[in-house]
Amino acid sequence: MDITVNILLTIATAATPLLIAAIGELVVERSGVLNLGVEGMMIMGAVGGFGAGYLTGSPWIGLLAAIAMGALFSLLFAVMTLSLATNQVATGLSLTLLGLGLSGMMGTSFVGQPGQRLPNLDIPGLTSIPVVGRLLFGQDPIFYISIALTAAVAWFLFKTRTGLTLRSIGDSHTSAHALGIKVIRYRYLAVIFGGACAGLAGGHLSLVYTPQWVENMTAGRGWIALALVVFASWRPWRVLAGAYIFGAVWIGQLHAQAFGIPVPSQLLSSLPYLATVVVLVLISRNKRLTMMNTPASLGQPFVPDR
Amino acid sequence: MMRLELVKRPQRSALFSALSPFIAFLLTIIAGAIMFALLGVNPLNAFRIYFIEPISQVWQLHELAIKAAPLILIAVGLSVCYKANIWNIGAEGQFILGGIVGSMIPVLFPRFEGPLVLPLMLLLGMVGGAAYAAIPALLKTRFGTNEILTSLMLVYVAQLFLDWLVRGPWRDPQGHGFPQTVQFNDSAILPELMPDSGRANWGFVFALVAAGLIWILMSRMLKGFEVRVLGSSPRAGRFAGFGLNRMVFFAFLLSGALAGLAGISEVSGAIGQLQPVISPGYGFTAIIVAFLGRLNPLGIVAAGLVLALTYLGGEAVQSALGISDKVARVFQGMLLFFVLGCDTLIHYRIRLIGLAAPKLEAAPKLEEAR
Repeated sequence: MDITVNILLTIATAATPLLIAAIGELVVERSGVLNLGVEGMMIMGAVGGFGAGYLTGSPWIGLLAAIAMGALFSLLFAVMTLSLATNQVATGLSLTLLGLGLSGMMGTSFVGQPGQRLPNLDIPGLTSIPVVGRLLFGQDPIFYISIALTAAVAWFLFKTRTGLTLRSIGDSHTSAHALGIKVIRYRYLAVIFGGACAGLAGGHLSLVYTPQWVENMTAGRGWIALALVVFASWRPWRVLAGAYIFGAVWIGQLHAQAFGIPVPSQLLSSLPYLATVVVLVLISRNKRLTMMNTPASLGQPFVPDR
Repeated sequence: MMRLELVKRPQRSALFSALSPFIAFLLTIIAGAIMFALLGVNPLNAFRIYFIEPISQVWQLHELAIKAAPLILIAVGLSVCYKANIWNIGAEGQFILGGIVGSMIPVLFPRFEGPLVLPLMLLLGMVGGAAYAAIPALLKTRFGTNEILTSLMLVYVAQLFLDWLVRGPWRDPQGHGFPQTVQFNDSAILPELMPDSGRANWGFVFALVAAGLIWILMSRMLKGFEVRVLGSSPRAGRFAGFGLNRMVFFAFLLSGALAGLAGISEVSGAIGQLQPVISPGYGFTAIIVAFLGRLNPLGIVAAGLVLALTYLGGEAVQSALGISDKVARVFQGMLLFFVLGCDTLIHYRIRLIGLAAPKLEAAPKLEEAR
């Protein structure tokens, strides 16, 4: 029983950063913007979170710094693609490349230093309930944020007027603009929200998952988060399901390596990436599902005609 | 509070089309100066070490050519993809597979020598890169799977596959346990161009030839026209009878083959054996090269040399000033950012306006709309 609980807990820890980054990107893409810089914003969040935690000694300040770092970095993307109407694919890629380089440079002095870890929740009486206690009341704070975030985004997008407006912009920025909606302003806010989420996801990696700084520690998670959004056909709760499936794959291959299964460890390590490809193929085979849900103006630059 | 406004130019500006890479480079230098100052280094001194010292002697120019060759080879292939609006961003993986498949001959048949070895290796390298690039192409054409994500995921898989090979089945039994294959025999080594003055090898010649051929393809042949039409308007392309699916395969196979050629040239030229890591991110840096070169093969040759210099400069400041060589990646990222930003000037005029201004213009705006 204990082993099962432990495995479930590690799966949740592996799934949380994927979930948060993907939920942020989901909002961005629902507004019609494709930001391929998730990996870059995430690694900036990771280095910012670790650095602030390490320098101040407080993981909570680290957490805030991670969010701020991601949001600030996404602002760069927003100015480029929204105000200067640059190619979103190329700009997103360059955001990732710049983030990987910048984080490596900023983190040079952090390598090998002990980090701060966000404490797990501990509610007397509740956390000690057998089996469900630790699952429900004993996880790290970001886990709870990730669940709340999913619910909030689902509610916002499908139950509020502003959410409807955001989705309409994603489906046709020209019509939205003609109706007098401030397309660019909405998109700025969406992109910055996505950046803050990616930063938080990175902060989870360096403040909870492995409280230390390792170069390129995001290891492609930002890209997997992008794939999750497609996999979930732009629906928040499906993102949650997808993130946990990927968390399970990630943990499964780690456990398989630890058990010494006679399969090359490199093959096991490549499973999350191969699984991403397989899942993308499966989902894109269903043309109707993807066609119906893909925001119609995704990735297209928009310049208001005054 | 100021606001940016873009005003569409009646036609693309030839002036800014030519100027924008230079403006971008200038802006990168300014941003770099600020960065060096923040790091507590005299910017002028840092720039001397970064951009001038690495190319002040003849042997160093050879090193520049060694670094530029894979960047140019990969980037000219990618430029065809991007012109066609097809997003192959997995060139790093195709580079690695090219290196692996091309190395099959010297690793599995170390006794096989003679003039046939090298051409076979290069051919296999191209086949390997093209075959690996065919996977995202197939998935895109068959199932409509997004090629950006699949081609990128395959990079991680390729890196792990190479790691497994050099630690497992292909490890040199006499290598004292080091994760590397046997040293290639002499006929499997790409010859140096001018051994008297430096290490530069035939890879650089391949890069220049490839750039020339792609230039002819894009500007003088129907296929190049097809690429451009499908890239700017897939609908118009369909009416002209150009197949989008065929174009996806063409672009991926071509760019994959060139990345594979770059991979095997690097392995048999600069390295001489397979190691766990054979590329300092050439496949990703080449994306920057492609854009900095304005997706034009001749521009790419120049851009490749510039980006190669950022690698050498990164190594130089690391050893001279103790700054992380990641500074090279930062320069590369900034350069791409500024290039993309400056490209806006080609199609738009930028106006800075105060927030009060639009109200005054409200009335004539309605007139214009009619």
